[in-house]
Amino acid sequence: MERELRLMKGNEAVAEAAIRAGADGYFGYPITPQSEIIEYLMEADPYRRTGMVVLQAESELAAINMVYGGAGCGKKVMTTSSSPGISLMQEGLSYIAGAELPCLIVNVARGGPGLGTIQPSQSDYFQAVKGGGHGDYHLIVLAPASVQEMADFVELGFDLAFKYRNPVMILSDGAIGQMMEKVWLGPQKERSKTSPEWATTGKTTTRKRNIITSLELDPNRQEIFNLKLVDKYNAIRKNEVRYEEFRCDDADYLLVAYGTSARVCQKSVELAREQGIRAGLLRPVTLFPFPSDPINRLAGKTKLILTVEMSAGQMVEDVRLAVNGKVPVHYYGRIGGIIPTPDEVVENLKKLITEL
Amino acid sequence: MKEVTGIKEIIKPENLAYRKSNILTDEIMHYCPGCGHSTAHRILAELIEEEGLQEDAIGVSPVGCSVFLYNYIDIDWQEAAHGRAPAVATAIKRLLPGKFVFTYQGDGDLAAIGTAETIHSCNRGENILIIFINNGIYGMTGGQMAPTTLPGMKSSTSPFGRDVRSMGNPIKITDLVAALPGTYYVTRQSVHTPANVRKTKKALRKAIQYQKLNRGTCFVEIVSNCPSGWKMTPPRANTWMEENMFQFYPLGDLKTPAEASDQQSKTEKND
Repeated sequence: MERELRLMKGNEAVAEAAIRAGADGYFGYPITPQSEIIEYLMEADPYRRTGMVVLQAESELAAINMVYGGAGCGKKVMTTSSSPGISLMQEGLSYIAGAELPCLIVNVARGGPGLGTIQPSQSDYFQAVKGGGHGDYHLIVLAPASVQEMADFVELGFDLAFKYRNPVMILSDGAIGQMMEKVWLGPQKERSKTSPEWATTGKTTTRKRNIITSLELDPNRQEIFNLKLVDKYNAIRKNEVRYEEFRCDDADYLLVAYGTSARVCQKSVELAREQGIRAGLLRPVTLFPFPSDPINRLAGKTKLILTVEMSAGQMVEDVRLAVNGKVPVHYYGRIGGIIPTPDEVVENLKKLITEL
Repeated sequence: MKEVTGIKEIIKPENLAYRKSNILTDEIMHYCPGCGHSTAHRILAELIEEEGLQEDAIGVSPVGCSVFLYNYIDIDWQEAAHGRAPAVATAIKRLLPGKFVFTYQGDGDLAAIGTAETIHSCNRGENILIIFINNGIYGMTGGQMAPTTLPGMKSSTSPFGRDVRSMGNPIKITDLVAALPGTYYVTRQSVHTPANVRKTKKALRKAIQYQKLNRGTCFVEIVSNCPSGWKMTPPRANTWMEENMFQFYPLGDLKTPAEASDQQSKTEKND
């Protein structure tokens, strides 16, 4: 299958990109607003196309533990869900991080807490970037802002997962999952025929048995392991920061936003500039690792920073840590499943400027 | 230690009554004296060796007393979260269909926190073997009530005995999975006497052979003891088990392949 231009929902793009990336397995449980992913996969019959296994699990709990099992075999496996389902998966994610297994999780987030709403939200930021489950660990978190990135980040996510033996999350939301855009899909890749040397594929006479576990009773050895994880996360912080700048060169005022909010803010920057306000936008593409240094650098050239997010103010904490008091950092957002308009953002920015 | 007089003369092939399986590692098992786990491990290791499955076996160990099972049997292992072993095994088997994939789980793991995973993997007829050790108590955490604790039986969380009106009845999960069309062979055994050890080994061998047929889940329950948790000497625990556990959990096959085939053909007709 060749490179191809299609008009697709973000959810469908994830599904098709997974097949084309040569994924070995998908395990999931339906939940709005991302059920199109498993529906698309069942319809596309990837087992016939590439041998990729698709299974509807009895719960998100089972799904993430199936991912654990498949990842433990060194296979390219993934699951997708939305906020309440991702909460259910946190135990499994902690085990996956503790056993250092590569896999891909997609969160097409909706508003919470609890059953919440089925409308788009960015209120799972803390859960995604600060660990989420128990213990000291991090996911690598990618934040797509388009259907194209929903597709592209599948392959990128698998690559990073295997590079670092670490779970990767695509933190999307209901808007990007549901909206249709044109998307370039890559050519079909072959599924890998080999497994990494640590994988459980059956002990051969030429190697010792492989054990996938996160258990260590001796605190001294557990500490050594935890320090190894710290080294890994530091390497990820050093090597994998991704972000995008939009009209930041001459910006007096900096907006920081990711995903759907970044799409809104791009328009806000244009509207503000039409009114003579030199605004710019920094869009984190990776939320862990967070683009702290670029934000700090830009902070030195701007008068104030406004973080825009569809949460009650989560990423703003990381922006404040990055800026470290250089300039005032403010928050504006809509919550509960509501997307802010570009005008709202500009109005807020103008109000903050007058208060300077 | 002083060498026992003449021991070298006794160690001869013709005197060999019992040989440690090559698949069992030299790691010292952490189990309490009299516990059935070590016997069940030994049979399993022997069968993997005798059936030539070391290169094909992938085991999934549980959370519970047998959490360190991966230290004792020399094959590839995955350690699952509490109750999730059948989900983990499902993916391993689906992605590596040629391998022999099994779980080894206790009663708390399989019949309390992991009930959904147990029922649904059996219901999908995953081509895996589930080994279920039922001793009616949470051993590792210090003797709390299990889903399979008998009515009136004392534990640290049922200190006056299990009151079924407020704590529920023990769950016969093996009977439940036997009722599902997805299971192919379901049996209940024990390892407390040499005769029972031989019977269990025979049943496990059948289960290992049946799972190669890809006809559904094989499920072997081993009713076992817990001298420490039950606060009994090992001989007393075995007697108590015979007198009480076997009344509630009678030994024998719950579903034979013939019955499974019959059930499966009826289900297919209803499609």
